[in-house]
Amino acid sequence: MATIGQIATRPLRAERHGERSFASIAFLVALWLALAFAVLCLVTLLVTSFVDGVQRLDSNLFTQYSSQVRPETGGARAAIWGTLWVIGLTAVLAIPLGIAAAVYLEEFADPTRWYNRLVEVNLQNLAAVPAIVYGMLTAGLALTIGLRRGVVLAGGIALALLILPVIIITTREALRAVPAEIRQGSLALGATRLKTVWKQSLPSAVPGVATGTILALSRALGEAAPLLLLGAVVFVRFDPDGLMSGFTTMPVQIFNWAGQPQVEFRELAAAAIIVLLGMLLLMNAVAIVIRNRYQRRW
Amino acid sequence: MTSTETTTAPTTRTPAGGGGALADNGARPRVVAQDDNSRYLPDMPIPVIECEGVDIYYGGFRAVHDVSMVYGQNEITAMIGPSGCGKSTVLRCLNRMNDLIPGARVAGRISYRGQDMYGSDVDPIEVRRRIGMVFQKPNPFPKSIYDNIAYGPRVTGMKVESMDDLVEQALRGAALWDEVKDKLKQSAYGLSGGQQQRLCIARTIAVRPEVILMDEPCSALDPIATARIEDLMEDLRKDFTIIIVTHNMQQAARVADRTAFFTAQAAEGTGDRTGQLVEFDLTTKIFSNPADKRTEDYISGRFG
Repeated sequence: MATIGQIATRPLRAERHGERSFASIAFLVALWLALAFAVLCLVTLLVTSFVDGVQRLDSNLFTQYSSQVRPETGGARAAIWGTLWVIGLTAVLAIPLGIAAAVYLEEFADPTRWYNRLVEVNLQNLAAVPAIVYGMLTAGLALTIGLRRGVVLAGGIALALLILPVIIITTREALRAVPAEIRQGSLALGATRLKTVWKQSLPSAVPGVATGTILALSRALGEAAPLLLLGAVVFVRFDPDGLMSGFTTMPVQIFNWAGQPQVEFRELAAAAIIVLLGMLLLMNAVAIVIRNRYQRRW
Repeated sequence: MTSTETTTAPTTRTPAGGGGALADNGARPRVVAQDDNSRYLPDMPIPVIECEGVDIYYGGFRAVHDVSMVYGQNEITAMIGPSGCGKSTVLRCLNRMNDLIPGARVAGRISYRGQDMYGSDVDPIEVRRRIGMVFQKPNPFPKSIYDNIAYGPRVTGMKVESMDDLVEQALRGAALWDEVKDKLKQSAYGLSGGQQQRLCIARTIAVRPEVILMDEPCSALDPIATARIEDLMEDLRKDFTIIIVTHNMQQAARVADRTAFFTAQAAEGTGDRTGQLVEFDLTTKIFSNPADKRTEDYISGRFG
């Protein structure tokens, strides 16, 4: 066994079993490669879409309806308006419901009750349910209450159901980040739980709620499957004018164009992808701005 | 010298007569002689809150067993004891803050001015308005200093003639006015820990409670800030009944009129530790001539 004196006189030079060992370096390289692969895929997608679609990023794209006979001057006007309608309705339905449900679970629910625990467990599962299932659910619902399927209302309901669990979970996390001392301080002054939620918990949770909600909405924005299942119309030549109006959305339109044989349609699809990515980027940017602006350190 | 001066050296007590915390609270009868140096205390305190045979449970676990004591009007009552002895648990039951913990339950009787505090028709909100609380860690709201004080009166629907006056009174009452009068609109988070804790006291007295519960209010503060709070308690005692939980025996000896010593008893078999009241008496008696051996051991540092 080495004595203390022998250990102390050993040089501190890096040896093969230290941070410069083969295993350490190989591990680091593997991490970098994993990251590089993800970034490369994204960049490839962006570049090819941009190259294919940039010449169709003209005013026709925004002002014209899609046309089977003249794809070279057709546009995504109906899809853009349809997206705005559906996402708007999704937000109106999902945000208040999601926040209210989260407030109940986080501030009022007694976790020792079996029904609260049941909801708790199922929320995580619901967030992982494939989108198309929500489309089927909505289709069934529409059939039961005698509603037409391919309308803005049905699309909004399907997407709202899809993102509701995500909004509930992120809102709960934001509420949980508000220190218990703040609530106790409010309650100890004789404030009711309602006032405490309204004046302390929720205002403090706004940044988390807003970012979570916007990210959930951007997921809904890119969703095609449930809307296809509901029968969103593909060649729409009118702007939606109400909840019972037929509609198409950007992802549905892109899905359809990309499947057409003519090269003009594929260019159109690429251009529409750029617009959709722009929309997503904008929403995520808004989420980041809100988070940074209202973030609070305790 | 007034109570609002902030230059008081940490070791000297602010003399009495500096204007109580809230002037209009004077309507309440004061029976305790207010000569600070020779504090007269009646043998039996005038009860504001009384515990009679109180057991406190968390689910099936009995955290505190058989506490009977009286908290006297315009007195400072300290509850001391080793960690886990149930003193904070008892404190939180005195304004029904324990209601917020799922599974918490109180058996026995806790009464406020003779009314059963846990009666079926009692509104816990009303209880907490009469019996305010200051916490271990300063917990100002993420608002301005002014709004921190105004929050309580606003949410409880207090009829306030001038909120500005009320805020000033409350801050003066907590000996904080001179330090913050020029930055009332600034965030409370800019204050030091000791100032934040005095802000929390100001916030509590702004809703004009009768009793103030303090849960180790100085444990997060340095000795100078601690001395300030202790001076302040001495002033507040004229207008309020104060109940303080503290880990610091010297603090209890310095500020409290009466002291209750708690300890934890491990149950046979399960090993669950249940808190119990060992001795409750005048502070001078507890610290000079305790009746119970366990109190003496704790006071003299032999255990805990």
